[in-house]
Amino acid sequence: MAAYDVIFVGGGPAGYTGAIRAGQLGLNVACVEFRGSLGGTCLNVGCIPSKALLQSSEFFHHAQHKSAEHGIKYQKVEFDVAQMMKRKDGIVSSLTKGIEGLFKKNKVTYIKGKGTFVNANTIKVATMDGSVEEHTAKSFVISTGSTPIELKAIAPFDGKDIVSSTEALCFEKVPEHLVVIGAGVIGLEMGSVWLRLGSKVTVIEALDRVLPPMDAAVSAEMKKILEKQGMEFMLSTKLTKAEKSGKKVKVTAERDGKPVTIDCDKVLVAVGRRAYTDGLGLEAVGLAPRKDGKLDVNHHYQTAVANIFAVGDVIDGPMLAHKADEEGVAVAEIIAGKPGHVNYEAIPNVVYTWPEVASVGMNEEEAKAKGLNYKTGKVPFMANGRARAFGETDGFVKIIADAKTDRIIGAHIIGPNASELIAELVIGVEFSASAEDIGRSSHAHPTLAEVMKEAALAVDKRSLNF
Amino acid sequence: MFKVSREVIDTMAVDVKMPNVGESVQEGVIHKWRFKSGDFVNRDDVLVELETDKATVEVVAESSGAIEIIKKQGETVAIGEVMARIDTSATAPAGGAKPAAAPAPSAVPITPPAPPTVTAAPPAPPPVTQASSMPLSPAVRRMTEEHGISPGSVHGTGKDGRITKGDVIAHMEGGAPATAPSPAPAMMRASVPAGVRTERREQMSLLRRRIAERLVHAQETAAILTTFNEIDMSNVMKIRNDYKDKFKEKYGVGLGFMSFFIKAAVEALKTYPAVNGWIDGNDIVYHDFYDIGVAVSSNRGLVVPVIKDADHLSMAELEMAVGDYGKRARDGKLSVDEMTGGTFTVSNGGVFGSLMSTPILNPPQSAILGMHKIQERPVVVNGEIVIRPMMYVALSYDHRIIDGKESVSFLVKIKELVEDPTRLLVGV
Repeated sequence: MAAYDVIFVGGGPAGYTGAIRAGQLGLNVACVEFRGSLGGTCLNVGCIPSKALLQSSEFFHHAQHKSAEHGIKYQKVEFDVAQMMKRKDGIVSSLTKGIEGLFKKNKVTYIKGKGTFVNANTIKVATMDGSVEEHTAKSFVISTGSTPIELKAIAPFDGKDIVSSTEALCFEKVPEHLVVIGAGVIGLEMGSVWLRLGSKVTVIEALDRVLPPMDAAVSAEMKKILEKQGMEFMLSTKLTKAEKSGKKVKVTAERDGKPVTIDCDKVLVAVGRRAYTDGLGLEAVGLAPRKDGKLDVNHHYQTAVANIFAVGDVIDGPMLAHKADEEGVAVAEIIAGKPGHVNYEAIPNVVYTWPEVASVGMNEEEAKAKGLNYKTGKVPFMANGRARAFGETDGFVKIIADAKTDRIIGAHIIGPNASELIAELVIGVEFSASAEDIGRSSHAHPTLAEVMKEAALAVDKRSLNF
Repeated sequence: MFKVSREVIDTMAVDVKMPNVGESVQEGVIHKWRFKSGDFVNRDDVLVELETDKATVEVVAESSGAIEIIKKQGETVAIGEVMARIDTSATAPAGGAKPAAAPAPSAVPITPPAPPTVTAAPPAPPPVTQASSMPLSPAVRRMTEEHGISPGSVHGTGKDGRITKGDVIAHMEGGAPATAPSPAPAMMRASVPAGVRTERREQMSLLRRRIAERLVHAQETAAILTTFNEIDMSNVMKIRNDYKDKFKEKYGVGLGFMSFFIKAAVEALKTYPAVNGWIDGNDIVYHDFYDIGVAVSSNRGLVVPVIKDADHLSMAELEMAVGDYGKRARDGKLSVDEMTGGTFTVSNGGVFGSLMSTPILNPPQSAILGMHKIQERPVVVNGEIVIRPMMYVALSYDHRIIDGKESVSFLVKIKELVEDPTRLLVGV
């Protein structure tokens, strides 16, 4: 007789959210996590700590560069990296403890340790205190997440100077020159943090644009704005080697077939993340991850073993905490015999640079590639009163709608608080809204959100304030 | 919309009665109340959807006030029967309904009933309509008001059956609901919930049940037989090509094939009166008028408005009638009377590409002509193989009153008249 109805292996956004939902649905549920704290990459070494540092560094940047325009003068603006780190760690620790509280409230058993499958109904956990215990369950959910990709051959991590995002969140002092490999979300966010605190930041990207999955107009705008802030980009440039050379790190790359060399202090390798299933004992249950490390699942998140499910970064789809937690909830509902459901068409994607970038649905290139007949409406924040008052006028909102039905098929924002603004358009996409629906909904004045209304009207070429 | 004439029961309450929607309609079934007892309703709000065997009718509030529902959903109500009562002394909830648009007359008002807007009876299953309690999105609200579309008649494809703007556009075009493109980048689809192979069970609407009953009734009572022939459309197409511009210029309507077929059918009906008649008990009723039903596709299915006294109409008048009915069928604006009667029906399955079919009788009528797709085919003319635009035609008929010889001759007559329209002019 299995002790649990379901055990979630991995306590990140997918696992802990799923476990809570399973608890709510009355299932006897446990969650195995070996990190020592719940919340996974997101809460411990990802979304949350990076946002703490982004906010702190933005305040400093604002005081230095933007406050004078408002008529605010500081005699001397200083920052204290140690205090920033302390504050960040405090936020992380209080949030992870909060999840433990939620586990108690929802009767989720928290098993601290590293889980390894023994068979399809049994998991062996090497606990934090050194003992080994076995737990049985009717179902398992693999929610072990992902880990930064290491370029072992050309830039192996050394935990100090050639690092992943995890270490880049904990530099004790500001590197003089930081080279970031990869102009994706993590590269630009962490690059921004250290740039604002005074580092020279050089971003090397193999492709010819920053934020490759975003709309091309957004990518171009982002690059322009970050360059204005002082970030350097080497696009269409391929890293060939990063190695310690005395106190410095020597980075060599190739651009147009010609070698380039940079001497810097730290290298952040942010070329993506890889599904993490190490030591999970998948072979014991007859499962094998794909070449890219991910697990195949069906529509019910079932792996090839019927009672073993998988959600979050270990399966296909964007590696996003909010995608993972939606899946965690869905799988809990499915296991409880309910119709769990995730709408992949309405998952937002956000980059917390300043200005921020946020999108939902298709970008224009994808719409074009699909041969869709579409219209676009694009309105800059410069035309918005609140943005002017805010002193943040960089960026724009771009809405892509079906030419015939007017249904919103994609929305792209680069601008102040884009991360919060996108929610409106996500709801729109979720409810199959037309651009006209947004255009006809009253938006408080003056707000940044009005730009979205104007962009929606611009789809029909009838924006009122632009 | 149908405004109910109201009677003041006392100074406070106004009755909502089952309206008289057409001469042949005696009763209706309450399909759906848009409000529940105790709700505050505004004047001109649609209160209830009624189903009769002919059409769906909406009844609007004549006064604002709190509604008390007397007849529940599914109940049958006779004309004039009280379905609900509105307490006009009730006040609108704060921030809610606005007061009546026009000042209410102080004396007992006698409002003449406005002509009803009736949704055509659909032989197709009623669309999944947006739950009436669901508010409309702003764009949908604008479009339905602008184009006078009843939201209940639009098939909703949005979340939980909500109506999207695309659905309204599809509705107006009379087509299938727009399947919006999937805006998701290529990624794993887990959008199918557990128990993927689901089925849905919905109660048949009264309309649908009536249609089903009638079709089965037709099959069971009539001795239906179908005879076929084929028509060389060369001459009609030539006439059409020669005169279509002038015709359009003069009458503002295109010269189609329908008018030729209706004209030909009227002539053939005159020659074979039984085809224009029907059985009533032990009698055969012959009609000396020619009311031709024209099957028109609408988003809710095929409807059959009737062109009355088709024998008195010119080609242009016939084309105009067909065009007008087609448009109003798509908008769901045909009245009950316009769909009642008819002594013979013409159905054009060709617009959907049908090459050959056996139409089913529209009782109590005894015959129906099926037109089909025009297709270029090799045919032998004077010993030579030539390519001609050919159309198969079918006549389904009730063998009880129409003999084989008559039916075949009737169809041959139509063939002759359409192949050589000069005969229509000369009268041979």
